[in-house]
Amino acid sequence: MTDLPAQETSPTFLGMPSFQHAAEAALADTQQRRNLAHATATIRAKRAAAVGEVDGWEDLRLAGAAAKDEALHHLPHYLEQLEAALTARGATVHWARDADEANQVVVDLARAKATDEVVKVKSMATQEIELNEALEAAGIAAWETDLAELIVQLGEDRPSHILVPAIHRNRAEIREIFARRMGAVGRAAPDDLTDEPARLAEAARLHLREKFLRARVAVTGANFAVAETGTLVVVESEGNGRMCLTLPETLITVVGIEKVLPTFADLSTMLQLLPRSSTGERMNPYTSMWTGVTPGDGPQEVHVVLLDNGRSRVLADEAGREALRCIRCSACLNVCPVYERTGGHAYGSVYPGPIGAVLNPLLRGTSSEVDRSLPYASSLCGACFEACPVRIDIPSLLVRLRTQVVDEASGRSAEAASMKAAAWVFGDHRRLEAAQRAATLGGRLLGDRTIRSLPGLGAWTQARDVPTPPTETFRQWWARTHGDDEGDLDDARGQPVVEEQDLGGAGPHTRQEGS
Amino acid sequence: MTGPAELQVARPTVALFATCFNDTMWPQTPRAVVTLLERLGCRVVFPREQTCCGQMFTNTGYADAATPLVRRFVDVFAGADHVVSPSGSCVGSVREQHAVLARRAGDAGLEREVRSLAPRVLELSELLVDVLGVTDVGAYYPHRVTYHPTCHSLRMLGVGDKPLRLLRAVRGIDLVDLPSAEECCGFGGTFAMKNADTSIAMGADKARHVRETGAEVVVAGDNSCLAHIGGVLDRQRSGVRTVHLAQVLASTQEEQA
Repeated sequence: MTDLPAQETSPTFLGMPSFQHAAEAALADTQQRRNLAHATATIRAKRAAAVGEVDGWEDLRLAGAAAKDEALHHLPHYLEQLEAALTARGATVHWARDADEANQVVVDLARAKATDEVVKVKSMATQEIELNEALEAAGIAAWETDLAELIVQLGEDRPSHILVPAIHRNRAEIREIFARRMGAVGRAAPDDLTDEPARLAEAARLHLREKFLRARVAVTGANFAVAETGTLVVVESEGNGRMCLTLPETLITVVGIEKVLPTFADLSTMLQLLPRSSTGERMNPYTSMWTGVTPGDGPQEVHVVLLDNGRSRVLADEAGREALRCIRCSACLNVCPVYERTGGHAYGSVYPGPIGAVLNPLLRGTSSEVDRSLPYASSLCGACFEACPVRIDIPSLLVRLRTQVVDEASGRSAEAASMKAAAWVFGDHRRLEAAQRAATLGGRLLGDRTIRSLPGLGAWTQARDVPTPPTETFRQWWARTHGDDEGDLDDARGQPVVEEQDLGGAGPHTRQEGS
Repeated sequence: MTGPAELQVARPTVALFATCFNDTMWPQTPRAVVTLLERLGCRVVFPREQTCCGQMFTNTGYADAATPLVRRFVDVFAGADHVVSPSGSCVGSVREQHAVLARRAGDAGLEREVRSLAPRVLELSELLVDVLGVTDVGAYYPHRVTYHPTCHSLRMLGVGDKPLRLLRAVRGIDLVDLPSAEECCGFGGTFAMKNADTSIAMGADKARHVRETGAEVVVAGDNSCLAHIGGVLDRQRSGVRTVHLAQVLASTQEEQA
């Protein structure tokens, strides 16, 4: 039964190249670009409509941010409260400092049940710690039951989106993956499978049902963990989560410590923010909540693994900690023009898009090539901040992380040298004026000619012409027309306002041409 | 909203922050600001000691290089009632980033000065609509125009529809909506160099949307974004021109931008 999906390519993101490099390949994949553009445009429009119907959306965002901040600013308190509430209701709490500790807990629990397979609800935390690979190494098959996760797993692929892991695949590709791989790991797809959504869903349903009914252990994540009551919450659309949460004898939940919410009432805020932001729905189809063990109903053994894995380090970072408010809705991905064109793989992590560009360097540090490049994987357009339901100021975090990358490099680069030279020029207006004389000389030499390439500007000129410098700078024009004395600000404040007659009674003299 | 007939009201002195890029590469834009504001009865001053707001340094991660420029900006402009700049991006840097830089440098005095000055630093459309209370600036511009709202004007400053209200009042203009107008053009400062392929992919889509409108001219409030969009359009030999908002607003029957 342990016919595991063969790993032809590593599912992990270890040793990823820089974002720029990975993005080049993604940009060249025209099929993927079409898939992404179509999918993100669709979900963007849905989200905008669902958010647009809420009158007090900004107030909801503020409430969401406040609830998460309250939890994060008093995290030890709420985690202890969560542990006590869970334990009182019959659950067992495990603390994991890192991925290895968390994976070991899950492997040990599965082994204790003498099983060689577990069913899984889609979970970012278990992807982050690469639990599936750890289970596989221990001879235990982990079956993903979320449809998109199933597609990614069967396709020996990596997730490309937080909410829609197979966003980069279209229906024809999914049909091919199902037909080719399902039979090797369970119930085969029907021979006459087409790429109609209903037929694909039916094939997945039949394939998964066998696994739901057989599995004795389930592994889940949690969208929220309520400290006050010890309640864990999973929000999903397909019902596979409900099956995993109710049928197996043993339920293991791996949850990041930042997922804690102080009170049950905070859930009402989050359950308004999350579905609208992520799927553009007023409410998601399935919201499952469970609080410890209920005798005679559902899993009789409930384990909760509270995962740190870099989170307490992010929490200690005064500027970075707001990234821990993230509720993994993926709204920032769907509005990001960079993500739309590169897809998720280029971000080198299970957390792609704008939030990944800040969360990964915060969680992992900036020692790897990909983590140093991620803060630059943004045009700082601000669409992510606007869309974020818990108001994470991602552009500002990106800028701060860029500063960290530069500071750690200690000025040892050509870029640092040119920045230093430019800063010197801007340090005094006379130096700027001297530099400008060189630019305007260039302008005089070039005349009206179009600049199609320029040494040192290769990256710019590969598809863009360069503006031709002018022959006279603005300040030269100002000195010529207004004289140097007009720049004096000493008397610019508290001046009497311009009198009526100063306008010569004319005002703009084109009024008579008005149409 | 007032039109040019009602211009005989109080007009303030305005300090112009030309920005280093406009000063050096696109002087016609700050010149248009001067022409426009003087036509509206303002007294314009240009403090010669100004250089750069430091945005390029800040956004590339060189905060240490940007901090002295924050000091300089405060020193140069602290005495002004109103500072105006034809760059939503540079104004955004002053309003949103200067205080962060001062704080990072541990300079509480500078942070205080920044917080006092920053609200008086305005993008051109903000000065015209909010301070001067005018949307009809008496301009004449007989061309088919589409408007790209640059990201920092739109999202950092929240200028809203002020530029469009100003453009709609221009005589002779044929203003057409730009599809996906609010999507970033892909310039993003050093992003255009560091992630050139992605930047060009974004710019190509923006250029395609511009061409779909059939406009002769694409207008925006930031020459850097326009240089990127225009660079793509020029390479495509599209014939579409890029013109800064200030130049359209300064344009009259007698003087065409």
